[in-house]
Amino acid sequence: MIDQIFPNVNWVRLWDATLETIYMSAVSVFFTFILGIALGLVLFLTAKGNLWQNAAVNGVTAGFVNLFRSIPFIILLVLLIPFTNALIGTMLGPSAALPALIFGAAPFYARMVEIALREVDKGVIEASRSMGATQSQIIFKVLLPESMPALISGITVTAIALISYTAMAGVIGAGGLGDFAYREGFQRYNDDVTLAATIAILIVVFIVQIIGDRLTRVLDKR
Amino acid sequence: MIRLNNLQKLFQTRDGQVTAVDNVNLTIEKGEIFGVIGYSGAGKSTLIRMLNMLERPTSGQVEIEERDMGDLSKSELRLARQGIGMIFQHFNLLWSRTVKDNIAFPLEIAGVSKKKRNERVEELIKLVGLEGRGGSYPSQLSGGQKQRVGIARALANNPDVLLCDEATSALDPKTTDSILDLLVDINEKLGLTIVLITHEMHVIRKICHRVAVMEQGQVVEEGDVLNVFSRPREEMTKEFVKQVTEPEETEQALAHLFGEEGISRVLQLTFTGSDAKKHVITDVIRNFNVNVNILQGKISTTQNGSYGSLFIGLDGETEEMDRAIAFVKEQQVEVEVIHSD
Ligand SMILES: Nc1ncnc2c1ncn2[C@@H]1O[C@H](COP(=O)(O)OP(=O)(O)O)[C@@H](O)[C@H]1O
Ligand SMILES: [Mg+2]
Repeated sequence: MIDQIFPNVNWVRLWDATLETIYMSAVSVFFTFILGIALGLVLFLTAKGNLWQNAAVNGVTAGFVNLFRSIPFIILLVLLIPFTNALIGTMLGPSAALPALIFGAAPFYARMVEIALREVDKGVIEASRSMGATQSQIIFKVLLPESMPALISGITVTAIALISYTAMAGVIGAGGLGDFAYREGFQRYNDDVTLAATIAILIVVFIVQIIGDRLTRVLDKR
Repeated sequence: MIRLNNLQKLFQTRDGQVTAVDNVNLTIEKGEIFGVIGYSGAGKSTLIRMLNMLERPTSGQVEIEERDMGDLSKSELRLARQGIGMIFQHFNLLWSRTVKDNIAFPLEIAGVSKKKRNERVEELIKLVGLEGRGGSYPSQLSGGQKQRVGIARALANNPDVLLCDEATSALDPKTTDSILDLLVDINEKLGLTIVLITHEMHVIRKICHRVAVMEQGQVVEEGDVLNVFSRPREEMTKEFVKQVTEPEETEQALAHLFGEEGISRVLQLTFTGSDAKKHVITDVIRNFNVNVNILQGKISTTQNGSYGSLFIGLDGETEEMDRAIAFVKEQQVEVEVIHSD
């Protein structure tokens, strides 16, 4: 039955491609989360009236974030080839796409982090100061936990964007489902392979969305 | 003891300079409940926030136990703040933490071990009457319960001073009273100094020992609550005193009476505890040829004694009435002629 609908699909290769996509997405989501939160914290804390108010640092960070957000992903992928070479040493395999994925997504996520942090009640920060909290206690015990639902729903949106970015990673030979659909489906006129790859990627996206929504709901005690 | 010397705070705003606190001098004794009352914008929040340096004074000093708060290094200030609890109008609890974890928060900041934290949290939950609610999140509590959590949290590190910024202003009258009772209880049990700011004279009357009245950044009147209530000097103070002694209807009802009954004079007499034993009214009736009508009377209690206010109507010859009023004034009873035709 399934073989009738998908006569040309090589299931082992589809599974491998799915794993590549999951690998690229998972690693890049992890680093995007860390880097995005760091950048978002800098953007938030250096803004006017906040803990580390500093117009210069704020301006430079915002400029950097905006610059990387405006470069189309496919161009970023190519632009970063020399950097990736230096960093990872090889141009082959799914790891090659990681720097571009992270540099593309972290600034995007950083803005969401900044917005989430701005939503934290100023009164709570003031109460923490009145108790003698240090700056790192305010960051790790107040700002991040209080904005966690927004940080999680933001990273869910970012993760889904990252999964779709991975589809372009084939351009630099990083593999994944997008590459699989293009080379083994589109180029060989095997529509069933394209369809199977699409379904696989949709399943990954749905799973991420469901986990993200669940987590956001559990964390939100407001 | 807390001493404020020539305390001043200026804010630079787009519309120019704002003098939020203007040359304030106050001394707050250890163990007393000190209230600051004023209308919105008077500078009360700015004043109380300077006590723990959440706001840096533009000039002047804040001394707590002989220590100049403005001179402390960052880490000394953090340590000093652990000895000064603060509660807020909007509670400012962490919604992501349970009641217990909210109360444990200042203990975590102070580096108290987990075991000691748990013990202390249990004590505090009992102290503020939140038994059985430790696992709830703030969003599951009423306003009064949230403020109890705020109080428990503020007391966690055994502070010597508790600052209350409009702590009851977001609560209904009944809940306000229960929180005020709790504050008095804590003040008596733990002997800590409470500084509170409010725009409600009821709060001052009910729990404060001394009060300062603020207007446009300045303290315009200051003293024992009973004295300020029974002998307010400034217009501003009189307005606040009226909030509790003289509900608006009274004035209207009296105005109505003057018209219909033709009472020629209405006096408001204010007695404090010891005066109440004098028989002023009897003396007036015996010694002067006037008629006295008792219109309304009320007794209010404060932390340093009770005082009564009595509204009476006088009728008779003008000269005789003048002599009667002069006599009452000689008796050290506060008299205000609130109507005369
Ligand atoms: N951060 C600030 N920047 C500028 N002006 C301020 C600031 N905080 C308070 N003010 C001004 O100082 C005055 C006193 O404010 P506040 O202390 O909040 O009064 P209150 O608590 O008695 O209502 C007001 O005119 C207010 O606008
Ligand atoms: Mg205020």
